[in-house]
Amino acid sequence: MIKKAIRHIVQAEPLLFEQSSPGKRGYQLPELDVPVVDAATVLGKGNVRDEIEDFPEVSEFEVLRHFTRLSTWNYAIDLGLYPLGSCTMKYNPRVNELVARTEGLAWAHPYQPERLAQGAMEVVAALEHALVQITGMDAVTLQPAAGAHGEFTGILMIRALLETRGSARKKILVPDSAHGTNPATAMMVGYTVENIKSNDRGMIDLGLLERVVNEDVAGLMITNPNTVGVFEENIKKICQILHDKGALVYMDGANMNALVGVARPGDFGIDVMHLNLHKTFSTPHGGGGPGSGAVAVAEVLTPFLPGPRLKRQADQWAWNYDLPQSIGRVRAFYGNFGVLVRALAYIMAHGGNGLRQATLDALLNANYLRTLLEPYYQIAYNAPSMHECVFSDDRQAKEGVRTGDIAKRLIDYGFHPYTVSFPLIVRGALMIEPTETESKRELDLFADAMISIAKEVEENPELVLKAPHSTRTSRVDEVTAARKPIVRWQPPARVSQAAD
Amino acid sequence: MSYPEAYRYTKEHEWVHVDGDHATIGITDHAQHELGDIVFVDLPKSGSKVTKGHTFGSVESVKAVSDIYAPVSGEVVEPNPLLSKHPEKLNEDPHGEAWLIKVKLASPSEANDLLSAADYQKYIGAE
Repeated sequence: MIKKAIRHIVQAEPLLFEQSSPGKRGYQLPELDVPVVDAATVLGKGNVRDEIEDFPEVSEFEVLRHFTRLSTWNYAIDLGLYPLGSCTMKYNPRVNELVARTEGLAWAHPYQPERLAQGAMEVVAALEHALVQITGMDAVTLQPAAGAHGEFTGILMIRALLETRGSARKKILVPDSAHGTNPATAMMVGYTVENIKSNDRGMIDLGLLERVVNEDVAGLMITNPNTVGVFEENIKKICQILHDKGALVYMDGANMNALVGVARPGDFGIDVMHLNLHKTFSTPHGGGGPGSGAVAVAEVLTPFLPGPRLKRQADQWAWNYDLPQSIGRVRAFYGNFGVLVRALAYIMAHGGNGLRQATLDALLNANYLRTLLEPYYQIAYNAPSMHECVFSDDRQAKEGVRTGDIAKRLIDYGFHPYTVSFPLIVRGALMIEPTETESKRELDLFADAMISIAKEVEENPELVLKAPHSTRTSRVDEVTAARKPIVRWQPPARVSQAAD
Repeated sequence: MSYPEAYRYTKEHEWVHVDGDHATIGITDHAQHELGDIVFVDLPKSGSKVTKGHTFGSVESVKAVSDIYAPVSGEVVEPNPLLSKHPEKLNEDPHGEAWLIKVKLASPSEANDLLSAADYQKYIGAE
């Protein structure tokens, strides 16, 4: 039974272009009390822009309604559970928005002299210090603008360190369960990528690792807990194998929500890692930014951090540009500052015990869902789950229903789908991450929906295969959309001309 | 779909057809079936080098983007011009019209240690 959602009228909404009527304006200026000048004569023709063809002409109220109506078509974390595995879609406390809008912080200018930016610099220093404590690493840079940018920064530093030892080496090892950004990062930094196959528990195979690590290997990029939500229990040994051959270990911090306050990567041998501050430390995300991919390093990499770095000088904060081994700037100014403010506010409001509790609650919620769903869905690996649980669609596939179909049916039940078909090493993956901020009531509703769908698959698979049934549009033709994408609207007249 | 006897196959699901010091490379019917509807094919330009066992391009389907590995080393003579406009041909005729690249072989004997049609079919049957 569908409990969380009921049918509800939504506004049909044409494109703004289709609402246009010639001459309509969103503003009205007072009549000129000076002579009219022709811009082209005064400025020169080349400096005057021609009108954009077919730009929609609409009133202010029409624009406002247009976007408000579109927003009602969305599903959002503020409407309910958003179990998109690997994305950590949790509640981002509103108070952090208030803190980030503090006048002195929100209006600080990056070119303000240092003596007038001491508060903002103190925020940076305090956050770096907190993240050093949380990760157990030696130092942190807050410059990178998002996770993949953090990876890039981290691998650049590995390369810089190895160059000082005589050779940058050739390869980066990446497990087959990794996020796609890991191999992409290694390639961008000029390394070739070697995939390593996971074992039957979804973890790194130590024997295999020992065989492939040699003097050509610059490093290993590892996610821990990995993308099947399992903690790499041999992590110390893994780091040892790499270190014995002079290679380094990069940790993708995408799943840090499972570790904060409980385990520290610096303590288990990681050399460099990034944190998705926007994800683990509370900035609303999923809309394409802004993010923050803070990078933490072990002492051996500290000299290579991007500059400038903060230093204490005559009881004031100052920027230190004298960093001979630094890989240089990776971003203008000092990162996405608003995200940093939210992260610091989140960390300070929680305190150490609070952060630890949040992590434990994230694990509890994921394991609660796993326990409720395991009788109906095939768990991918028997190893204990951390902050997310990954199932395979094996049982449902026997009825011809795949993970994508179940996800679409979930929409009818009033939930955002889980992550579909990732990680790639699980056949037909259902990757579910509830996060710590969901109540038992919401988790129960979700589990009920999933169990109800599992029963539908057995009794009436067509219902699931044709879902969603109660949305504005049902299934779209993804293949044609990908093969023949239409990326620009054109007036109907021109479209029919083009077709001729 | 049949697997031509004249082709050699890899465990990464590419095929290669050697003709003197030239060869044609493609992906197998099994590969296109596993990938699903193919929407984009990324191939190297003429004149670029491919190395046996290394990736030389990628195939994008609605499900995923997959690397393609070179079954032999050599220099690209021609990428298949058909595929940029008609990626769907790779679903329809992967062993024929929808070949990926033609190469001039660096070492024509390199293909000898690849799988025969029978061995490849045995391999995918077991997978």
